[in-house]
Amino acid sequence: MPDPILKLNGLDAFYGDFQALYGVELSVHEGEVLAIIGANGAGKTTMLRSISGLIANDAAQISYRGQQIGNARPDVVAQMGLAMVPEGRQLFPSLSVEENLMIGGRVNRKGPWNLRRVYDLFPILEERRAQASTSLSGGQQQMVAIGRALMSNPDLIMFDEISLGLAPVIIRDIYKALPGIVGGGMSAVIVEQDITKALAVSSRVYCLQEGRVSLEGRSDTVSRDEIARAYFGVE
Amino acid sequence: MDFVNALVQGTLLGGLYALFAAGLSLIFGVMRLVNIAHGDLIVLAAYLGLTTTVALGVHPLVALIVVVPAMAGIGYVLQRAVLNHTLGDDILPPLLVTFGLSVIIQNALLEGYSADPQKMDAGALETASVALGPLSLGVLPLLTFAIAVAVIAGLQWCFYRTPLGRAFRATSDNQDIAQLMGLNKRHVFGLAMALALAVTAVAGILLGIRTSFDPSVGGGRLIFGFEAVIIGGLGNLWGTLVGGVILGVAQTVGATINPGWQLLAGHIAFLVILAVRPNGLFPRISA
Amino acid sequence: MSTDIRISRTSNAAKVAAVLGALIVVILIAAPYWAGRADLRLMGEIFLYLALASLWNLLAGYAGLVSVGQQAYVGFGGYMLFALTIFAGLPPLVAIALAGLLGALISIPVAALIFRLRGAYFAIGTWVMAEVFRLVFAQVSALGGGSGTSLPTDIVRSMADGRSAREALSYWLALGAALIVVTAVYLLLRSRKGLALTAIRDNELASASLGIDIWRTKFFVYVVTSGLTAIVGALIFLQKLRISPDAAFSVNDWTAFVIFIVVIGGIGTIEGPIIGTIVFFLLRETLADLGTIYLMVLGLVAIVVMLKAPQGVWGFIRHRFDLQLFPLGYRVERSKDS
Repeated sequence: MPDPILKLNGLDAFYGDFQALYGVELSVHEGEVLAIIGANGAGKTTMLRSISGLIANDAAQISYRGQQIGNARPDVVAQMGLAMVPEGRQLFPSLSVEENLMIGGRVNRKGPWNLRRVYDLFPILEERRAQASTSLSGGQQQMVAIGRALMSNPDLIMFDEISLGLAPVIIRDIYKALPGIVGGGMSAVIVEQDITKALAVSSRVYCLQEGRVSLEGRSDTVSRDEIARAYFGVE
Repeated sequence: MDFVNALVQGTLLGGLYALFAAGLSLIFGVMRLVNIAHGDLIVLAAYLGLTTTVALGVHPLVALIVVVPAMAGIGYVLQRAVLNHTLGDDILPPLLVTFGLSVIIQNALLEGYSADPQKMDAGALETASVALGPLSLGVLPLLTFAIAVAVIAGLQWCFYRTPLGRAFRATSDNQDIAQLMGLNKRHVFGLAMALALAVTAVAGILLGIRTSFDPSVGGGRLIFGFEAVIIGGLGNLWGTLVGGVILGVAQTVGATINPGWQLLAGHIAFLVILAVRPNGLFPRISA
Repeated sequence: MSTDIRISRTSNAAKVAAVLGALIVVILIAAPYWAGRADLRLMGEIFLYLALASLWNLLAGYAGLVSVGQQAYVGFGGYMLFALTIFAGLPPLVAIALAGLLGALISIPVAALIFRLRGAYFAIGTWVMAEVFRLVFAQVSALGGGSGTSLPTDIVRSMADGRSAREALSYWLALGAALIVVTAVYLLLRSRKGLALTAIRDNELASASLGIDIWRTKFFVYVVTSGLTAIVGALIFLQKLRISPDAAFSVNDWTAFVIFIVVIGGIGTIEGPIIGTIVFFLLRETLADLGTIYLMVLGLVAIVVMLKAPQGVWGFIRHRFDLQLFPLGYRVERSKDS
């Protein structure tokens, strides 16, 4: 079994004095789609922010392709090939749709993704390329956020609750596009509250509960009971 | 006729005030920082220009070639070494640190140059004038106004048409996510300050040609720049130009009525605008 | 053996400090009898700066209103003293009190204007107002216009008989001002209004949602502080005997130094300005010969303190030793039944 592309080695994360993650052990394998589920406040976003460098941790607690990145700066982590589609989209209000995509491409890595390909994937964005990014609908903004992350040609892309606040129809469309996005060797971590969707697109799943890993399993074999227990922390 | 003349002179003066204000506006736009030492940095640029003209024997406008990069460098180092550490939610640290900087710069200049008023000699440029109908316009004020317009146009172009400008806007919008785009925010802020001080350098040289200056006049320049920004509206560089013009016109009109009323007239115009339009005339962001 | 929990507002350290403080105050009151003329003047100056610093600290450290324009009221108070004694023939002590009242009154329209600004823009706005004050008073030729005027000798003589009596009176007024200001600030912060202030300082959004009227509280603090600052200003120029627009409204003298005192001593604490004033005058007495270098050192120290130890000297001590000499908080103590 080849080494995982990303490994969390007993990750602790703090907000000031408050501890949000307790010794999280987790690995992402090259080319796989990994789902992370858990209730609100379980620590999912904290975990992604730690990985991307927005939260500082001990260096050894996070390793990417064998390199310790726990305390690396976020712009350095981005340069190494990790991209994030942040919770709540978080587009840049002062930038137009196209400028949001272009700034995603600032990290200049080799790969198939460019402006043309993003527009082919999400044609509606090309129509609205000059508009203020905040004038788009929720679903369209999500497309921009995803496109922005893809523009850097990452090796590992992390989706933080992309279905939050979106109509079911839109969510369905976005998840339909996911395999086309992630195919071609890109690894993906999908953080979701919608368990069904998460399991449907992923090969493995972790569950977080109050800052700890409460379940690790294969998406196709894990049972509803196991998930319920892990999700709610019931013995 | 006097009145029309005052109007025109005031408008041209407004160009200089807009230059004072542009750097201030830029920094606030990018990092929400208000630099109390801004006026003193304008004066510093004037003194650097003076030393350059004396040491190299060149015309003050040629000194720009030396002073602009020098001030830009100072700005970058200042931001990364000191000001970056004051950024955050609390307004006290940047305020008090830049206040301390103001005192240091003023007294360093006093030590280096003494309190004697100085002025740069631009030769024929200072007295040359152009006739426009019944009016006589000084070439220097015209040039200053033209430079102000060019600088603001340049800054607008930088902000809205270049990758650097995108980086500025993105970092100003959302520091965290901007970093995910591979932007080193410490470096971005450093570049913003470098750009602001480059503009400040131009303002300082033009100030030093136009009037005599001494280490203590920084505070007054800061206030003019600040008033121009508030009158014009935050976050709008062209608005800042308008603000500068309004301030300049108010001052010159006031001076026409009574020479001792020049500064007061400007402040009153500012207070009136503050009373009726607290966000300025063309605001883009709220304070 | 059962234990009860007691809530107390004081601590042993505070009690000791109170006793020591009372002793020191008594000694200070007696100063005209044991101190020389120059020392008396210096101490008077120290007390007035302490008063200014405590007031600025209340404004910035507690109400979050960072003003670099309080010199407006210092100068205003000074000019009111001169105007009221010279033109209205009022006795100086009455004029001083009235100057405070007038200072508070004029701060109301000022606040109405500048409260429209926020943060650092508010700060510069206060500076602009001070400039307006300076320019306006420079136009009043009856008070000397741009070059200023002196306090007529008969007014000075009317205060007390003999030079040493007058100097003692000046000194006691300064000491009194410092004591009153510090006590007033302490009592204000101990009161409900003070609790509101501390809440606003700590989290403005949360306090607003709890029903604390932010605007009114800040406005109240601004007006009171400005009035008291005007009184201190009147006392300052009573000592100086001469006033001019540049001296009255000097940013350096009445704002820069005050800010340094508060920052170095510890902003947002009552003890801070006291410590800061002591440090400031120690530095001044040892370094003042160096003129501009002294000011640069001051600026540098303020910057370093703000970056490395933003709580100031007292904040550091308080944090390290959990000390509070002016009891403001609530402490939980055990009291045992015998």
